[in-house]
This record gives sequence, structure tokens and C-alpha cells, in this order.
Amino acid sequence: MKNLIAAASIALMGLTGAVSADGHENFPERPIMLMVSYGAGGATDFQARIVTMTAGNEDALGMPIAIINKPGAGGRVGWNWFATQAEADGYTLGAYNIPHFIAQSIEGGVEYGADSFEPIANWGADPAVFVVAADSEFNSMQDVVDYAMANPGGLTFSGAGLFVGHHIAALQLEKAAGVKLAYIPNNAGGAGAMKAVIAGEVLGGVNNLSDAFRARDAGNVKILGVFDNERNEFLPDVPTMKEQGFDIDNASVNFRGVMVPKGTPQPIIDKLAETVPTMFENGRVAGRMKAGGSPMHIMTRDEVIEMWKAREETLRELLAGL
Amino acid sequence: MEFLLYFGDVFTPFNFMLLLIGTVGGLILGATPGLSPTMAVALLIPFTFQLEPTQGLILLGAAYTSTVAGGAVSAILLKIPGAPANIATTLDGHTMAQKGKGAQALQLSFLASAVGGIFGVLLLIFLTPLLAKWALAFGPSHLFWLAILGVTIIGSLDSSSVVKGLLSGCIGLWLATIGFDDIMGAQRFIFHSSVSGGINIIPALIGLFAIPQVITMFAKGRTPFDAEVLSVERHPISKAFKEVFSRVRALTIGTITGSIIGLIPGVGGQIAGLVAYDQSRKMSPERDKFGTGHSEGVIAAESANNAMVGPSLVPLLTLSIPGSPTAAVLLGGLLIHGIFPGSDLFDNHPDVAWTFINSMLIGQILMCVFGLYIAGLAARVAQVPNAVMAAVVLGLAVFGSYSVQNSMGDVYIMAALGTGMYFLERFGLSAAPLVLGLILGPIAEANFVQGSMIANATSSIGSYFFTGTLNLLLIAIVVASVGYSIWMELRSRRYITKDDAVAKEEALS
Repeated sequence: MKNLIAAASIALMGLTGAVSADGHENFPERPIMLMVSYGAGGATDFQARIVTMTAGNEDALGMPIAIINKPGAGGRVGWNWFATQAEADGYTLGAYNIPHFIAQSIEGGVEYGADSFEPIANWGADPAVFVVAADSEFNSMQDVVDYAMANPGGLTFSGAGLFVGHHIAALQLEKAAGVKLAYIPNNAGGAGAMKAVIAGEVLGGVNNLSDAFRARDAGNVKILGVFDNERNEFLPDVPTMKEQGFDIDNASVNFRGVMVPKGTPQPIIDKLAETVPTMFENGRVAGRMKAGGSPMHIMTRDEVIEMWKAREETLRELLAGL
Repeated sequence: MEFLLYFGDVFTPFNFMLLLIGTVGGLILGATPGLSPTMAVALLIPFTFQLEPTQGLILLGAAYTSTVAGGAVSAILLKIPGAPANIATTLDGHTMAQKGKGAQALQLSFLASAVGGIFGVLLLIFLTPLLAKWALAFGPSHLFWLAILGVTIIGSLDSSSVVKGLLSGCIGLWLATIGFDDIMGAQRFIFHSSVSGGINIIPALIGLFAIPQVITMFAKGRTPFDAEVLSVERHPISKAFKEVFSRVRALTIGTITGSIIGLIPGVGGQIAGLVAYDQSRKMSPERDKFGTGHSEGVIAAESANNAMVGPSLVPLLTLSIPGSPTAAVLLGGLLIHGIFPGSDLFDNHPDVAWTFINSMLIGQILMCVFGLYIAGLAARVAQVPNAVMAAVVLGLAVFGSYSVQNSMGDVYIMAALGTGMYFLERFGLSAAPLVLGLILGPIAEANFVQGSMIANATSSIGSYFFTGTLNLLLIAIVVASVGYSIWMELRSRRYITKDDAVAKEEALS
């Protein structure tokens, strides 16, 4: 299959004839594919479709971006494919989720690590928040921790699985508060974890800010704290963990962005790194993202490289005890 | 009765055109193997970018309704269930098509779908607040018992032998463990990179049902005397109407089972059809006819899988929690237009919410009309010569498996499982119990692990799984189901001999 595509693209390049010596001058010359390692309709897929919808404009890439979903095993299937089989020609982009793929590579059993990919730009940052049911007796993080002190290992709270942002946030909370908690990973992702909180199956939960924001609007949950360095513009009234006396930084924030496989020619990386962030800044994109309750956070390639490095260090330290 | 106020919106020329496009498009997409309702809706979402929220939702609502029903077409004519919801339809539907009664089977399935579907949407309209509580009532322990209830029907699903049914169910349960464990992240039985994400249900379905058939057709194709041309019976629609409404038992069981099960987040759509099929067989005086092309089987299965459409949206529309993969995709479609579903959706955006629901109601009727129209033509597929048919089915199988995740790995899985199933069928095992095992395994396991984690942190496993009204009720149903199967088995002990298996195989192919 790969050979076929390669052969086809070589044939195509021969046909156009206008290819310059290094072949990258006119990039992109055909539509680009963006691999999303989660299913269609999930938050990552949904946001990827919005931020790439203006790719065909003349001031952006001038070519449309098509989304290809390769879901499975919490993103591992898609990223494995991206690291080992994806063509490093600039026409195959991938969406990344931090801290997911870095945490998975530290855990092991996958064929990628932070150095298998080259970041292009970041489009969004969705912090984790701590939620409890609307009728819960907990009103602040201190109430939660007090309960956990009184019942070691008895505070059940849900999250979207292991080695994802929610799990990292849970580990940070345990460490910062010095208590033992019962983290219940949910097999149905963030939506399943939220349902467990609303239905009262668990006492609390870690969830995505964007989903919790909607659930609070609907009157189903209370949001007790944000696992980030600053308060979020969507929830200006919810204090951060640090404000409530827990030393927790933004290591669990779910960053989403675009990357290419290692080995992609440098001129193409440069061109993408220059164009993609401006594409994200498009007013229509921002409007749609805001309407969907998805916090945007645009970062350039250099900032993302920095962020990946910092994240890797924190995660190694945090996951060392597991 | 507020929804009546918004009926006008559905019938404006542009909206009605979208409704037609959604319905016809949905039927075609649904009839294509491998394109499940979830994928069909996901494919349509980009088209809604350019539309008003209401218009976009009309398109999505109509497409969702009709893809579920459209899946019956390939299930009946090709024996490839388009989605897990249509597995039960193949059991009697395809046998009917092979007897030349394809038109009748399709007409029955569309009529039953419409009846079930309309009932489901009416539930959504009138009982949403009540149903939302019911959807939340199912915690890990209840879902675990529900999955066990599903396991108890594995044995009786294959009418020939309980032991062989259980055996193929166990193979399915084992296959379900392959891949990364959802909760603990452990890697199990990953012997090839194709299976690192586990076995996806759609390629498995296509392989298990279609490939054995393709092999049989190719094998038969060599005999020169295979010139028999099947005559496809014409079947007047009025007779189909009469038949559907005379099978009140199957229709009622299907509709009610589908509505109740469809409501439960995470389980719903996949097993509604099979549970309804099994229940109506157990309660039917003609239970021996099930599996041999009996109309009750088609009616029960199809009314159940469309009845589930309405209730499956209850958790999404009231709690903003998608209860099924399709609902998750619809959530994306809503959010992209800045509409947050939740308990106040009907207060803030009544025009959008009610128009969406109305379009599903009208969509059910349109779907039925178009379905009945094409039934007679589509049934001629049975007349296609074996060799051509085998090639077409094989092509569709490869296409369908690949398109689920754009992965060749899924095509390999499809081919491997299909070839394996061909040999298992020689030994009298059948595909439906195997698929049921594959579906139920992860549900039972994940909920047991989650439940026991919660139980260990709070009380004890015993009290978590064995106390509470709903737990006890479900356990009672499980015990009754097992008891009934044992009693039936003892009453009419049947063994399947090699000759029987061969005879059955020949009857099927």
C-alpha cells in the first residue's frame, strides 16, 4: 500500500514537471491529510476539523486538509502508525495530545516517543478540572481532601483512563495533598467519567474543562478547582489548585496541536511552522471554537518544542513511582 | 405538545429537501457494509458547516434514523450486517432472501423499523425527563449484570446446540480480550501490530458473516449444474402491512425491548436487536421456525434496533452525555453550531431541539416509504449468479473493513476471522453467538473491574454487586433466562450430528 502511494506520488511529480531541485518550493501541491488518533466526533477530532477548515484559503496553505481517524487503545494505534508507517513528506500531518502520548511512551509498549515526531504548532489547551455532583456535600478542594484524610483510599473519583491528562492530574493531587485516593479509570472516556459523577457512582471526578463547563451550565455538577497555573476565561470564578493550597502546575493540561513524522524535510517543516499558526488565528476558527466551548491556545513550533521537553521531565518524575 | 408547534419548520421547502437527502443518503450509506450509522453521521458533519444549526440537525437526524434501517438491506440480501444492530436481522432475514422472499423480508423490516422507530421517538418526545433518571440508574454493577444477561442468550442464539453456541461465545469473549485493556492499559495477546487496537467490531462482523459465504459461493461456483435461477417472489405491500400488524407479539417485544435497552448508555444499540430476537423466540409458539426464515425474527430484530434510536439520545439531550458512539458524533455536530445540549436545551433552543426530533419522526415515515419502494427491486440481488455475487461481496467486505479506520490491519483481521469462521461453521458453530461474545466481553469486564475498584474503596464487592433493587432484579432475570434455557434443553434434547450440520449448511448456502 505504502509502495503504491509512493509510486503514485513519484508518477505525479513526474507529470507536473514543475518541481524544482529540492522539490519543496511549491509545497503543498495536493491536499494534505491530518491523522487524528481518536474517533470521529470526539473532542480532538471535533477541534481538528474546526482548526483545519480554512486550510484551503489562499492566505493559509492553499490546499484543503482532510481528517483521517485512526482510533484505538487510547490513541496508541494512531501514533504507532504515525511514527512507523506515515510518509514523512509533509502531506501526512498528525494531531498530538499532550500529555497522553508522552505518558504512554514513558509507560512503554509503544513504538514512539517525543523524539519520533516534529511539532508544527499548538491550537488548544484544555485543562483538567475537579468536578462533583451538583448535590455533593463538597464545596471546595479542602472538603475533598478532608474527606480523603478521614477515609484513606475511600474517596472514589473518575477520569478518562490511565496515562491521560486526568490520570496525571489525579497523581498530582495525591502527591500535593499527601493523601491516598481511589482513582477509577473509565473505559468510556471523558463522557463515561462524567456520567459516573452525575449518576453518583463515584464521589467526584477529574474531567475536561470544556465538558465540565457544559455540565455545570446544565446544572449537573459543581467545579471545585482547575489543574492549571491560571484561572480559565471560561470559568473565571473557579480557583486553581494552587490558590487552594495545593502545589499543582499545568502538567495535566491537555494540549492539542499538529505534528509531522521525524524525517520530514526541513524546508517543509519551516513552511508549515510558519503558515499553520496563522491558519489557527483565523477569525472564523476562533468563533467556532468559542461556540463549541473549546479553549484555544496557539503556540509556535519553538514554544511547543519547549513545552514537550518540560512535560517529558515532569511526567518521568511523576510516573516513576508507578 | 410543544413539538407540534415546530412541525412547520420541517416542511419548509429547503428543510424538507434536506430531510429527503438525509433519508435517501442514509439508506444508501446504511446499506453499504462497513458504513455504520456512526460513520455515516460523522461523514455528514462537515456538510453541516455551511448550514443553519436547525438545518444541519435535520440532515443528521434523518441520516441517523435511516442508516440504522438501511443496515437491514445488506443484512438481508448479502448476510453482511451493516452494524452490530443488524446482526439479528441476518438470522431470519437472509434465510428468507435465499428462499426468494427477499422482497417480503425487506418490506417487513422497513415497516417494523418504522413502527419501532416512531415509538422510540415518541418516547423521546413525551418521557425524556423520566427516562433521563432511568439512564443514570445503571452503574457499573448493573451494566455488569446486564452483560451477563446477554451472555445467557449466547447459548440459545444458535438454535442447533447449546454447547456449540456457548463454545463460539467463548471464542468471541477471548477475541474481545485482544489489545490494550481499556482500564489498566495492559497489553494482551498482541501478536501482530494489526491487533494492537483490539479487534474492531465492524471488520469482525463483516468477516465472520460475509467471508464464509463468499468461500461457499466460490466452492459451489465450480459445479456446472449450478444454473438454478432463483425466482424472486413479488410481494404486495398491503400483504406486508397485514403481516406486520398480525405479528403483534414480535412487534411489541421488539419495540419495548429496543426502547428500554437503547436507553442504557454504552450498551444500547449493539445488543437491542439480539435480545429482542431471543425474547420473541422464547415467547413464540412457533419457536422452532426461528432461524429458518421466519418473519417474526425479522420483525422483532428490526423494530428493536430502530426503537433504540430515540431513547439513545435521551442522555445526550438532557445530560449532555453521549450514550452511544453515534450520540457522541451528534454532540460534535451540535457543539460546532454553538448549541450545548443539557436540561435547558428545550428552553434555550426549542426551535432547534424540537425540529431535530420532528425530523427524526418524519424521517422514520419517509424512510419506510422509500424502503418499501426499493424493496422489490433490491430483492433481485438474490438472482445474481454466485460467482458474480461472491466477487461483489468480497469487494464490499474489503472496502467496508478498510474504511472503518483507514487501516489495512482491519482488512487482515476481517480475512483471518472470516476464514476461521468458514471452518468453524463446518463444525456446526455459528457466527452470531461469537459476535455477541465479542461485544459483551469488554462491557462485562470493564464494568466488573470498575465496580470492584469502587467496591474496594467503599464497601465490599459482595454488597456492591449483590444488593440494591436493580441488581437483584437483573440477577433474577439472569437466573430465569438460564433456567428457561435448561428447561427447554431438557424438554427437547437435541443433538447435532455431522449429517445434521452438513444438511443445515446446505440449507443455508
